[in-house]
Amino acid sequence: MIRLEKRATPSKQWSLAAPLLAVLLTMIAGGFMFAALGKDPVEAIRLIFWDPILGEFADYFRPQLLVKAGPLILIAIGLSLGFRAGIWNIGAEGQYIMGAIFGAAVGLAFYPAELWIIFPLMVIAGAVGGTLWAMIPAILKTKFNTNEILTSLMLVYIAQEILKSMANGLLKNPEGHGFPGSRNLAHYSASSNPELIAGTGMHWGVVAAFIAVIAAYILLSRHILGFQIRLTGESPRAARFASVRPNLLIVICMGLSGGLAGLAGLFEVTGPAGQITDKFNVGYGFTAIIVAFLGRLNPIGILLAGLLMALTYIGGEMAQLQLSIPAAAIQAFQGMLLFFLLAMDVLTNFRIRFGREAA
Amino acid sequence: MDLSSFDPVVLITTMMIAATPILLAALGELVAEKAGVLNLGVEGMMIFGAICGFMIAVNTGSPFLGFVAAAVGGAVLSLLFGLLTQYLLSNQVATGLALTLFGLGLSALLGQSYAGIKPPSTEKLDLPVLSDLPVVGPILFSHDLMVYFAIALVAGVWAVLKYTRAGLILRAVGENHDAAHALGYKVVRIRLLAIMFGGACAGLGGAYLSLVRVPQWTEGMTAGAGWIALAIVVFASWKPWRVLLGAWLFGGVTFLQLYLQAAGVSIPVEYLSMSPYVITIVVLVIMSADKNKAAMNAPASLGKQFHATH
Repeated sequence: MIRLEKRATPSKQWSLAAPLLAVLLTMIAGGFMFAALGKDPVEAIRLIFWDPILGEFADYFRPQLLVKAGPLILIAIGLSLGFRAGIWNIGAEGQYIMGAIFGAAVGLAFYPAELWIIFPLMVIAGAVGGTLWAMIPAILKTKFNTNEILTSLMLVYIAQEILKSMANGLLKNPEGHGFPGSRNLAHYSASSNPELIAGTGMHWGVVAAFIAVIAAYILLSRHILGFQIRLTGESPRAARFASVRPNLLIVICMGLSGGLAGLAGLFEVTGPAGQITDKFNVGYGFTAIIVAFLGRLNPIGILLAGLLMALTYIGGEMAQLQLSIPAAAIQAFQGMLLFFLLAMDVLTNFRIRFGREAA
Repeated sequence: MDLSSFDPVVLITTMMIAATPILLAALGELVAEKAGVLNLGVEGMMIFGAICGFMIAVNTGSPFLGFVAAAVGGAVLSLLFGLLTQYLLSNQVATGLALTLFGLGLSALLGQSYAGIKPPSTEKLDLPVLSDLPVVGPILFSHDLMVYFAIALVAGVWAVLKYTRAGLILRAVGENHDAAHALGYKVVRIRLLAIMFGGACAGLGGAYLSLVRVPQWTEGMTAGAGWIALAIVVFASWKPWRVLLGAWLFGGVTFLQLYLQAAGVSIPVEYLSMSPYVITIVVLVIMSADKNKAAMNAPASLGKQFHATH
């Protein structure tokens, strides 16, 4: 007979060990999945987790690590603040799109001027776009008590339609020979977000992600707002007594996460993606949810989790090329990782006892 | 713009078909939520049901077996959520999201070789005389069987929840799990069953999309239908007949926007396509604006963890 006994405080050791154990279990379960697809499981796992960093073609893949991890970390940091306070913004994908559209629109408005101020203005516009989009569920939540999970998610589909409309209409390249999609912002030096150090994949978005990690760390450990966020998550009632204003906290957390997601979108559209197209978003906003949980909603953890998740993207591409493992397998793999992580969390909060309870 | 072709009979029949997938999924979620479980994985279970049903229907040539497989697939996937939230006591919101992400990935993986295939067609009701009646015939007597099944299920869920002992126990577990536990009801077991019912319904809804409504398999084909189903449960204040109303309303909006697209209205297509999502938000806002009323309707233990210490 197995029983669970609640721990008085969550175990520190298990809190660190659970993600590692989850990764290990995912590798095993993923191995079974690859075996079921008729591929060599050991080979597949090696391709995903080892080769991109240390394998033969690693020089080509390593820069991609930061390119992919940058937006994931940036978005996940924002989400983690809300998740800690029990505010569920799951529409980061939409805020990411709106950030890209706002930023790109500002850049395209100046085309073909060459002024240094253009890129900073675009960055601000990107943050504003994401923040405004996140304000919709925030205000609906505070004014009308509407569930922010559902509204923020609905707004992703709406943002996708706006993106299509922009790629085919307002922001379409007038010299694009009728093809959908905007001018390439990365080819136009005033609005491009170039690789800062050749061969590393480091661009302004990655810099912003690192800054966000440090800022979030300080905010959570040293600032009163961070204290209020943590307190609200752990005990909303105690937070009331500590004069936390819940509505203000919702607006701040949603705004911050939306702004960071918007920034991620802006850095993506000016750098790796280059232009607004109807297929511009690739699901970073959703994967960032996994990153936030895998990182234990802790800034340093998110940094590591973002790098790991970026690795599965790149490794997944390699596995796709070399073993023709379908791209969707990686998506299932990432979902599995989140499952195992949530399952392992039981060890953090409970003790497992064998045998019957002493009466 | 040509609006002369507008036909209210077509509006109603199309609305009923467009509403069916969401109706099934929302009904399943309603039962789970009545038992106090908030499962945000509806989208994942729907799309998993869509591919399970599609695969089996294509390989066996029988849409009926396809629907059975979809229900089983949805229930099995939901069991994963059930084990995590009920036995391992994980956070329901996070686990539901994980279920959606996992379901989307897994279904895309399974569906690799099924894109572009046509599924066997599902039989439609064809009663002599009745089905040929003008107006009444197409609206009442010419649908495929799943449309009737979904409506019958509304009545069934309503009757079970309202009039039977099982329904009473289910509601008790959802309202106050500690009291239900003290009375000797197996809270976890009842919740698991409710979760699996929800999964099976979501799977059926997904299969209806891939086998009847579209009918083919494309990656991510549910396009938010599962989330809309979740919204409809809130809209319906956890009442089965209002779920039907909500689903029809949504089906009507879907038909109208497609109709306006076809009629060539001067509104860009993208803005018409987003209208169902916009309307869902507006409806949610209206329903939740009255704080006291919204709190009164929701099951009191919704989304709360249950851990029996004794």
